Amino acid sequence: MNLADSSCPKLLSSMLQGFFQVTLILAILAAVAPLLGRYMARVFLGEETWLDRVISPVERVVFAGSGVLNGRPMTGGQYVRALLVSNLVMLVLVFAIFMLQGALPFNPTGLTAPSWDLALHTAISFTTNTNQQHYSGETTFTYFSQVGALGFLMFTSAATGIAVAIAFIRGLTGRPLGNFYTDLILSITRILLPISVVGAIALLVAGVPETFAGPAQATTLEGATQFIARGPVAHFEIIKQLGENGGGFFGINSAHPFENPNNFTNLLETVIMLVIPAGLILTYGILAGNPKQGWLIFWMVFIIFAIFIAIAAVGEVQGNPLVNQVLGSPQPNLEGKEVRFGPVLTAVWAIATTGTMCGAINGLHDSLMPSGGFLTLANLFLQIVWGGQGTGTAYLFVFLILTVFLTGLMVGRTPEFLGRKIEKREIVLASAILLVHPIAILIPAAITLAFPETLSGISNPGFHGISQVVYEYASAAANNGSGFEGLGDATLWWNLSASFSLLAGRYVPIVALIFLADGMARKQPVPETAGTLRTDTTLFTGVTAGAILILGALTFLPVLVLGPVAEAFNLG
Amino acid sequence: MQDFIISIRSIATLWILTAFLYPLLIFLIGQGIFPYQANGSILTNAQGDTVGSALIGQTFTTDEYFWSRPSTIAYSEGEDAAPTGISGGSNLAPGNPDLLDRVEAEAQRLRDAGIEPTADLLYTSGSGLDPHISPAVAEAQVERIAESRGLSADEVRSLIVQNTDGRFLGVFGEPGVNVLPLNLALDSL
Repeated sequence: MNLADSSCPKLLSSMLQGFFQVTLILAILAAVAPLLGRYMARVFLGEETWLDRVISPVERVVFAGSGVLNGRPMTGGQYVRALLVSNLVMLVLVFAIFMLQGALPFNPTGLTAPSWDLALHTAISFTTNTNQQHYSGETTFTYFSQVGALGFLMFTSAATGIAVAIAFIRGLTGRPLGNFYTDLILSITRILLPISVVGAIALLVAGVPETFAGPAQATTLEGATQFIARGPVAHFEIIKQLGENGGGFFGINSAHPFENPNNFTNLLETVIMLVIPAGLILTYGILAGNPKQGWLIFWMVFIIFAIFIAIAAVGEVQGNPLVNQVLGSPQPNLEGKEVRFGPVLTAVWAIATTGTMCGAINGLHDSLMPSGGFLTLANLFLQIVWGGQGTGTAYLFVFLILTVFLTGLMVGRTPEFLGRKIEKREIVLASAILLVHPIAILIPAAITLAFPETLSGISNPGFHGISQVVYEYASAAANNGSGFEGLGDATLWWNLSASFSLLAGRYVPIVALIFLADGMARKQPVPETAGTLRTDTTLFTGVTAGAILILGALTFLPVLVLGPVAEAFNLG
Repeated sequence: MQDFIISIRSIATLWILTAFLYPLLIFLIGQGIFPYQANGSILTNAQGDTVGSALIGQTFTTDEYFWSRPSTIAYSEGEDAAPTGISGGSNLAPGNPDLLDRVEAEAQRLRDAGIEPTADLLYTSGSGLDPHISPAVAEAQVERIAESRGLSADEVRSLIVQNTDGRFLGVFGEPGVNVLPLNLALDSL
């Protein structure tokens, strides 16, 4: 289609209006992320912040209650054990709440316990910061489960990710890893909770409910009975976005008017899901004593992010050629979209939520045009277009290490990163981190697709069906949680096989990251010489971007061709 | 073993902080200062009966009311939605033949009713609860409403303007006409 064609001035003007919105959102992100990045650096360097006076008293109680008043630095092994044990305790607690929810309070609609496999999948999914949901919130979980189990894990799973990221950079820069419990608590009391309190009040004022009353019953103007689900949403919604959790209070997530009622809340929720992963990159630069390195990586990701948004938005604005024939003119694809967000802000959200591993949606990804399907999948495969809470930033540094190694081989220099030699152990661990991802996606997807009738639950015919299955495992392994939700995934097979991808995609990389950092911390620093390959240059950053895209493409291009690419050709 | 004890203690403490005190604070602020929003922006008629929520759409089929977008869950109305309420969309892929069949049938129905179909009237929303229609779709229904209610077109148009939610700060999102308050305003003329 020729965009300059005078026969579609409406299309052109909505493109321009959309372009303007996207530019402003990106500008807001570029302005807010450094502020938060600097603040987070101060928190983990133990420097004073202006929140000290309010938070320090609360924090002392929390530290005393937890028994970690003087958290001693941990070794890699201790750190991994603390992380795994605490996550296991969370998982057991939450699983127990689900199974007992019928007997617990705040259950106005008389819900009973879900099936054990759904409860297990949900508990694993929320503990791993994924929030993949094989259920609808309003019909499955009581207010007690939503607040006491899911809302609780939204804080602790996000804080686990941040703690890992901070330990990782400490190790890379030759410092002790720190204490897991201290960082876990600090992430909550200093970062997640203060922002959530302010954000929840803002959402509340804008119309997001916060009530323990049951669903409202209305008699509509035409006499039908309408059941209006509601609940304690506002406090849940903000941490859902801020912590890259993404698990909706309601089945349809942030497309629901009670989760995201207007374009103020949509802007807030879009920016707030991006700020921590974007800011953490700059936190890294500060902690490593090389802010320039942080900024270079920030802009590298920023550019990929902006390009992805542009392509996805254009696809949605141009619309579905088959439906446009019925309409008689090119109109945006609004299937699964709300009028108030329109095609552009839904596309922005789709790219942001799959890039950051948030996984919340404000429109249906199953109904995105193939270009949107391609890019959301690509985000899940790459895992670094901002990336998950903490882990995404760590993956970026793994890619830097690999690029140092690759370029070192090419120019015949000893690969070094942040003044430390990259050796066999580092490359093995980095490879494990990158390889577990395709393993946790492609193998279960292949098994599921081998039994399309009994296992897959595919709801859309043709090539799109393949994407549905791959997307579900990619979303699980990347700890994202969004889905091509037409998929019939509330089955024993899906609950258990996705649980495998969730666990493998979360804990294998985390353990490898910690050991990688621990090993680096113990190395003798190498003095920088004229022969050292500098990593804080535009050239090196460009090579890194190339390495990321090539590695991603080599691993996942065949699947993308079978899914969204073939689908696009089919649509014509 | 020591890890278990510290884990249990820290998780218990963090649970009280994030799953009890924090929601309690927001709940108290909501119910104390912003009860209308906190309880779901519920709308009542002159008799005090609940007629819906200002944020949630409804099904409208009669000539006297502005019609909403199609919803795959019938706007959480009827027995299927009881007792919890529901939300959801079609999840149809762009190339799914079911989508095209549905769109063609709906376009035919709208053209028979004298409305030129636009994207928001042919496509179902994601939530199934979308309260808005585009201003163009509202405009296309003005004549029908004016005729069936014996109003002038300008009276109807001024109500549309009053019930249009513009872009946030004039920039973000798309303008939408909120159908339920608009229809309530028509009823109270």
